[in-house]
Amino acid sequence: MANSTIPLRNITSTGGTDTTSMTRRSFVKNTSGVSAASLLGTAALMTNSDEAQANTEWAEWFQGNYRLMSDDEKQEAVVRLERRYSSEYGKKVSVDTKPAEEGVLFGYALNIQKCIGCRRCAKACVEENNQSRGDQEIEWIRVLKMEKGGFDETKMGEGYPDGYGIEIGGNAYSAAGVVGEGEHYYDPKLVPEEDFFYMPIACMQCEKPPCVKVCPVRTTYREPDGIVVVDYNWCIGCRMCIGACPYWARRFNWGEPKLAKEDMNPETHYLGNRPRMKGVVEKCTFCLQRTRNGRYPACVEVCPVGARKFGNLLDPESEVRRVLANKRVFRMKADLNTYPKFFYYID
Amino acid sequence: MKNIVSFCIDYVLYLWKGGIKYWAWLGFLWIFVLFWAYGNYLQLSEGMIVTGLTDQVSWGLYLANFVFLVGVAAGAVTVVFPAYVYKHQALHDVTVLGEMLAIAAVVMCMLFVLNHMGRPDRLWHMVPIIGIYNFPGSMLGWDVIVLIGYLLLNVVGGFYYLYKKYTGEPLNNNIYLPIIYVAIVWALSIHTVTAFLISTMPARPMWHVGMMPIRFITTAFAAGPALIIIVFSIIRNNTKLWIKDEAINLLSQIVVWCLGIALFLTLSEVVTEFYHPTEHSLGLQYLMFGHNGLTKLVPWFWASMIGMVGAFVLLLIPWVRKDYHLLPWVCGVAFIAIWIEKGMGLMIPGSIPTPIGEYVEYSPSWVEIFNSLGNWAIGFIVLTILLKGAIGILLGEVSLSNHSKQASDTAADDVKKVRYADA
Repeated sequence: MANSTIPLRNITSTGGTDTTSMTRRSFVKNTSGVSAASLLGTAALMTNSDEAQANTEWAEWFQGNYRLMSDDEKQEAVVRLERRYSSEYGKKVSVDTKPAEEGVLFGYALNIQKCIGCRRCAKACVEENNQSRGDQEIEWIRVLKMEKGGFDETKMGEGYPDGYGIEIGGNAYSAAGVVGEGEHYYDPKLVPEEDFFYMPIACMQCEKPPCVKVCPVRTTYREPDGIVVVDYNWCIGCRMCIGACPYWARRFNWGEPKLAKEDMNPETHYLGNRPRMKGVVEKCTFCLQRTRNGRYPACVEVCPVGARKFGNLLDPESEVRRVLANKRVFRMKADLNTYPKFFYYID
Repeated sequence: MKNIVSFCIDYVLYLWKGGIKYWAWLGFLWIFVLFWAYGNYLQLSEGMIVTGLTDQVSWGLYLANFVFLVGVAAGAVTVVFPAYVYKHQALHDVTVLGEMLAIAAVVMCMLFVLNHMGRPDRLWHMVPIIGIYNFPGSMLGWDVIVLIGYLLLNVVGGFYYLYKKYTGEPLNNNIYLPIIYVAIVWALSIHTVTAFLISTMPARPMWHVGMMPIRFITTAFAAGPALIIIVFSIIRNNTKLWIKDEAINLLSQIVVWCLGIALFLTLSEVVTEFYHPTEHSLGLQYLMFGHNGLTKLVPWFWASMIGMVGAFVLLLIPWVRKDYHLLPWVCGVAFIAIWIEKGMGLMIPGSIPTPIGEYVEYSPSWVEIFNSLGNWAIGFIVLTILLKGAIGILLGEVSLSNHSKQASDTAADDVKKVRYADA
């Protein structure tokens, strides 16, 4: 596809408050009195405004499951979406359809020893992936603040003596290392905090994803490069996948997503960070709009301590494979047999 | 064909013949439908954000009611099964009423599922050929099949019976009995599959237990006949159709034994989870005792327990079961207790804590409550209409012979079969 040269392409400057940042509605309103043609900075994208918009949405409603579309149908869908997004966000938006590359299986490794809990990853993710903001904020990455182990001498006498005074258990424990005790709403002045360590979570891109199995319409599925994606236009919003995910990695658009024009990242992928609509599920895609074009996910790029590693699991020289070869790794909830392609490790 | 047309005409005309109570009841239900319309308007225009659901607790009141009502629909088999397998004459006479209840319950189930969907406009994606139907992989796919199948079986079986009664022709048992027997097994399948819907999710340890289907079925076979006893009592008190005591007696026995088994299963689960509590017991702990001051579900759980135990103990007493004025009230308690148990006692705590240990409480919003009450109201309107017509036909007041203005004497033969000495 022509879209594959993404990094340098089509990045419209959105610095000022020029006509390109008008919403479709305000545009229509403002031009009702004056000559419309004179204002059309992004004219080609906005012709016929409301009617075109309605037609676009109507056609979108009829489109099929992305994976089963022919190349022509995909192209039509992309053109439709690009037109709608460009008009809605007042800038040139591209929707990539680059498929998975052969011989690539994406994997992720996170150094739990290095993470300082700054949550730059979560923020970069939101900015990159066009999540809803404000009071309907959606974050795909959650960082769990975990208590460090501490054993308190004063608790030593607090066992469970039975009738004979023989201790049958103790209370000299703390919640150290219990994932379920992790706190992901922490808000300190400085990180890392002394008595804690941090464990970021997001979609684990399972090889045996329970979420995919339960989807009644196959709108969420595994791409050949191992990424579990959602076709937002096919999702019926039943939330079976949210119930099935053991990592709480899936989010639902309870209302119309709130994404301001100036916040919108115009370089999108159909299966990745293109803007979502209300009533559908979304999740981390390893930034496939970036990674399929040879870039790192936004969270890897932004991590100030290099705790995040990403690469091709099929390439022995990739960073992630080198982590697997040389570090002690573990996977979250391994007992559930989901085979995450997201590994935690320590040096 | 002509007979079918006159059947439809007579059926519909009969619906307009009712007393003040009948119309007041329907009018009362329609009030809820108005709120329902407004609630649905809000939810469809604003999205699910008008509900109390969150990413943490994303299955709530709608799905809880759905699960419960699948049980009620399946519970109708407690009328059909004794009638056709054990040849229970008193239930045999009124089997069709059980089928009508099943139809109404499935209609409610479908309304609740529609409310639960984030994109009901895209439901066509589930239709094979034009969409994708993930079968047999998706449990939801199984559920849709068994529910639609059950609806069809009951519509076809029920209305075939009524039509034959209407025309006065004998039933063709080669057609009718297979439908009945398939429907009996099918009834079990709908609640089994609905239990699998949640018990096949290792991510939710509270649901991930093998006893889920049998727990569902025992509670269903308590709640279903409990509602049927209430409906039968109302019919006995307000229409000319007299349902024999034997019918109610058997149903109340089914209620008491199924309640007993359900309580036993609950006890087994509590012992298993609490002897050495693991992380997997956190949902049940939260439900029964709360967590760090979060106790929204605690009163519901204990209310449900008291209701179920109380109803069970009372129904064990023979004279309570034979007191036909008291019995519907006890059944009402059992019905509500099981409704709580399925909703606030199972669906909601299944999501609390979340798979990463977060405790977020859930309360339904007004929109959810309006929509849920409205779905119930619509279901009861459907039930009332179905029962009204069915009773008219069982009584012989709606019949082909009446339609063709023949002497009402011939109709009296039909009446005899179902009408027993009026009280």
